[in-house]
Amino acid sequence: MSLDLHAAAPPEPGAPRSARHTRRRAASMTRLDLKYSPYLYVLPFFVIFAVFGVYPIAYTVWIALTDRSPLNPTISFVGMDNFVELITEDPQFWNAVVNTFGMFALSTVPQLLLALMLANALNRKLRAQTFFRMAIAMPIITSTAVVALIFSMLYAKDFGLVNWLLDSIGLDPIDWRANRFASWFAISTMVDWRWVGYNALIYLAAMQSISKDMYEAAALDGASRRRQFWSITVPQLRPTIIFTLIISTIGGLQLFTEPLLFTSGSGGLSGGSEGQFQTITMYLLDVMNQRFRWGYAGAVALVLFVLIALMSAINYLLARRISSDK
Amino acid sequence: MSVPIRRRRFAAIALASVVVLGAAAACGDDSDSGDSGSGDGPITLVVDVFGDQGFGYEELYKQYEAEHTNVKIQERGKGLGLGDYNTRLTQQITAGSGAGDVVALEEGTIVQFYAQADKFVNLADHGANDLKGNFLPWKWEQGTTPDGKVLGLGTDVGSMALCYRSDLFKAAGLPTDREQVGALWPTWDEFIATGQKFAAADKKHKFVDSATNFYNVVLMQVAGQGSGYTYYDKSNKMVIDQNPDVKTAYDLTTKMIAAGLSNNLQSFSNEWNAGFKNGTFATIACPAWMTGVIKGQAGDAAAGKWDIAKAPGAGGNWGGSFLGVPKSSKHQKEAAELAKFLTSAKGQIGAYKAVGNLPSNPQALTDPAVADSTNDYFSKAPVGKIFAAGATELKPVYLGPKNNAVRTAVENTLRAVEQGKSAGEQWQAALKNGAAAGK
Repeated sequence: MSLDLHAAAPPEPGAPRSARHTRRRAASMTRLDLKYSPYLYVLPFFVIFAVFGVYPIAYTVWIALTDRSPLNPTISFVGMDNFVELITEDPQFWNAVVNTFGMFALSTVPQLLLALMLANALNRKLRAQTFFRMAIAMPIITSTAVVALIFSMLYAKDFGLVNWLLDSIGLDPIDWRANRFASWFAISTMVDWRWVGYNALIYLAAMQSISKDMYEAAALDGASRRRQFWSITVPQLRPTIIFTLIISTIGGLQLFTEPLLFTSGSGGLSGGSEGQFQTITMYLLDVMNQRFRWGYAGAVALVLFVLIALMSAINYLLARRISSDK
Repeated sequence: MSVPIRRRRFAAIALASVVVLGAAAACGDDSDSGDSGSGDGPITLVVDVFGDQGFGYEELYKQYEAEHTNVKIQERGKGLGLGDYNTRLTQQITAGSGAGDVVALEEGTIVQFYAQADKFVNLADHGANDLKGNFLPWKWEQGTTPDGKVLGLGTDVGSMALCYRSDLFKAAGLPTDREQVGALWPTWDEFIATGQKFAAADKKHKFVDSATNFYNVVLMQVAGQGSGYTYYDKSNKMVIDQNPDVKTAYDLTTKMIAAGLSNNLQSFSNEWNAGFKNGTFATIACPAWMTGVIKGQAGDAAAGKWDIAKAPGAGGNWGGSFLGVPKSSKHQKEAAELAKFLTSAKGQIGAYKAVGNLPSNPQALTDPAVADSTNDYFSKAPVGKIFAAGATELKPVYLGPKNNAVRTAVENTLRAVEQGKSAGEQWQAALKNGAAAGK
């Protein structure tokens, strides 16, 4: 922004006193304006961020150090007790961690690979190109709750479509909620159905900014399509892949709605009879809303935060290596 | 970009005023609603309930509004499950705002609110103590905190019976007359034996809907006859591993599962609801409020197929609620009056007629409108007689503050047994997870 500082500044000589005085005041207002109004413009964001971001985080840290619960008339400070209990003597929490990482791996790896393939296919000359590009984006605009409800019906034990299909090709029906791996698989399909298109769109946008010259040069040198994909497209997409990885990590480690609604009726937060698909966020709510241990729930939230930060860092380092050896 | 200075300054001032106004508006929000009742205009009382069928108060609201022209009643929560309802209510009570003027407190969760009794209006201040005789003594006791504050007035009790599909019984060669059916099972062991006979004759249907439902009913009954408490003793100490009643109920349930009688449906799930519609099971343990659930889920197609018999064992109670008034209410006096009306004999009879919730008021229980009532949906069964008979002799069961969390943990292990896990290992898991959930 180019600021026109001198527009009002130099007072003409010989002007009446009062006018000069007014001018000077106007000039100082302008200076104030220039100095502070940029802060004013960005203020609304920071006010909202402070109220809905900083304050809850600070409060979570504080509450995690107490035994706050609606059942306790008084709140007492317990120091690190909640964290010690969580890390050393809570098998249910670690079960939730295993589930979360299991489902994260089971959903994210195929999701990003599929998205990459899909984007590559859509990047070629196709008939009805716009239609296909729109079509893959459709799942994003459906509500997660609806997706979860419909998939739960597909995977229902007695009257579900998937079991009916299995039955019709002569396989035994599967109780999708009883078996750990089966439930992970079912939930991962929900996640992937919804997010593959989103990632594909991002990859597609990035692919279109790769210079065509590189492909032409590679083609002249006799590189096959496959070779072009791995040696040009993927390295060029590196920043985009890092971005999608981090976003998927944050989303995947906070997986909640799909596994929650996978159980219909009461006790959804338990994530199956033995916690087969209880994720960390579900455990968090279980502790908070069923057991009313708000302080302990704060500790769970903070450990989840640390886990996400760690995973994002690891992802970043891995993704950097995709092409840094070249 | 270059904007003339004057306009830029105007923009800055406009922005500043928007920010300030916005903040002022956000702060001013609360004060408006505060004095809506102080004028002569009608006041609105919000009643919070839960459950698919609600509490059956619609007619009573109309009646009350006609008698009190300054009161408008708005109900929330019909269709909301107890778990979600209770989570929300806990947050609202703790935050001190957002709860209704009259709120329903369920038997299993009211104990949790004893610790927050100071957030509720002591109904004794509004003359509730004069009404003590209007409630079954144990119901009155449950609604009162240990130090004598009246937290809630009783609505219904969950006296138990057993609902069965007479058409399936007939096809399996079992008696269908409700007296004879009741005579089949003086005890739960004989109930399981009857189930095995049924299973031998009918391979298509299961005898019982779910292990959890069976377990809850058995536990409440056994505990009522025995210790008088379940997972917590009366001093709120976790005793899941010491209370023999819990083990007895658990073993009976795993025995029932081992006999292959359970339809393995998770209570209150879509599949459970579909089980009613498709008629996949022959019996369900039936607290009085369950009759409303069956009618709602099985629908008109199954009218006349269901019937009600005496439950095995010696009667018991599962469920039932209270009405309380949070201190956050702006119209505490009016809300207390409404709660008193809804829990009066007249109010309870109205709710009984609407959704089958059995009164906790002894006068209402003996009232011909209840005692002589029959239920057309359940083959004209004399439900008043069947349920009311048990209600007056019931022994209360004390439920601890985190009863629901522990119950969920134990129920999950029973589901695991239904899914084929070893009953012995799951009992150990129940002890461990139950204790962790109740911590």
